[in-house]
Amino acid sequence: MEVEQVEPAQQPVSAGSGEAILLGDVTRRYGEREALRAVSTRLAVGHTLAVFGPNGAGKTTLLRMLATLLIPHEGTLRVFGSDLPREAHRVRPLVGFLSHDPLLYRDLSGRENLLFYARLYDVPEPASRIAYLLDVTGMGRRADDPVASLSRGMAQRLAVCRAVLHRPQLLLLDEPRAHLDPQAATAVDDLIGPGSDATRVLVTHDLEHGLAEADQVLALRDGYVVADAPVDQISASDIRGVYGGSVT
Amino acid sequence: MRPVAAILRKDLVVELRTKESVPSMAIFAVTTFVIFHFGLDRDRLEGELAAGVLWVTLLFAAILGINRLFVAEREQGGFDGILMAPIERTSLLIAKAGALFSYLLALELIALPIFALFFLSDGFWEALPRLLVVAILADFGLAVMGALLASIAVHTRARDLLLPLLLLPLTVPVMIAAASATKPLLSIPMETSGVGKWLAVLALYDLIFGLLAYAVFDFLMED
Repeated sequence: MEVEQVEPAQQPVSAGSGEAILLGDVTRRYGEREALRAVSTRLAVGHTLAVFGPNGAGKTTLLRMLATLLIPHEGTLRVFGSDLPREAHRVRPLVGFLSHDPLLYRDLSGRENLLFYARLYDVPEPASRIAYLLDVTGMGRRADDPVASLSRGMAQRLAVCRAVLHRPQLLLLDEPRAHLDPQAATAVDDLIGPGSDATRVLVTHDLEHGLAEADQVLALRDGYVVADAPVDQISASDIRGVYGGSVT
Repeated sequence: MRPVAAILRKDLVVELRTKESVPSMAIFAVTTFVIFHFGLDRDRLEGELAAGVLWVTLLFAAILGINRLFVAEREQGGFDGILMAPIERTSLLIAKAGALFSYLLALELIALPIFALFFLSDGFWEALPRLLVVAILADFGLAVMGALLASIAVHTRARDLLLPLLLLPLTVPVMIAAASATKPLLSIPMETSGVGKWLAVLALYDLIFGLLAYAVFDFLMED
């Protein structure tokens, strides 16, 4: 059976050229439980949205919807002008998702894993791209070891390589520095940090780091938006209130 | 075809490295032959009994491999990685069916000579080319249905139970056709009349269920 390749990625979207993300009253349920309730926000191209909220607030659900892994049950969800889930095929080449799970096969080496994803994303000159990423993340020396033999921090570095392998324009980052030592966290900064030039959605409980990197802040609790504002209009103490009390 | 090749290649490399599926399928098949050998208290089988023993054993051995087909994707997050990639989702079905087809062929390369050793007096090598045609057509149907149903069952807690419950009724036509096509080949003397009709039934099953799986897989992978 012949499998047709979907349309190629859209042209790169430059910062300031419009909206990267638009959510209009998005609701998502798991059975009877509403994980997100009428969530609305928008994010400009090239900006960083920091998403805060206690466990179960709906942060991961939001990321998984933006990653095209979940569909919204109500509302409008648009990424780089493409409606989800209808135009998911246009969005997928543009998105890099760094989730809790590194999405790496334990019985393959780091290099084999990256080569596998490079084939799926049709990355041009994959060998040199992979070598570059392994070098930047300091994983070159252990690149041919099975992932099962690596520490969680090393696997996270490989996961960063996987997430940026295809040069995504939208980075979805769920606690990206989890398991990384300070040196590794600095090493991956060029790839997924503010200097990456990508539009970013950053889910973190590290308030200081999150606020320092954000252009905009979204705070969720029980699936509701409790704060959505430019970073200069919201303080760390406001965000702490999301975790421990009400936001003022 | 690039994503299909990438996923298939990954699966075969992982199987060669871990040896989790084919060896257990082969050991199961050989053990079952031993049990039949002593349970039936027969040194030699022929005709429909031989065909039945062979195909029932191969089907149950196949279930072991089908059960493990998506385990790496489920346990190591590969589902998300593949579903986020800009590829047709049916690539996953085709690659998984391709991997399972390879496992089944490998199983038969091991199991058929051992079956002949246990149960056939002679005529095995004469029947082998036609037997392989039957096996290839039956394997295609099993691989497609196995991959489709494994992709459903893997998301459930009771997947070890659910998979055989779904698979066995749906593969009854394959078993009937494969056993019926094999019966004259394992008769003494070997016959060839009637084989073509059952090969056509197998091919028809492969076509219908192949198209059906292709049509519904995208929907099954949705959310």
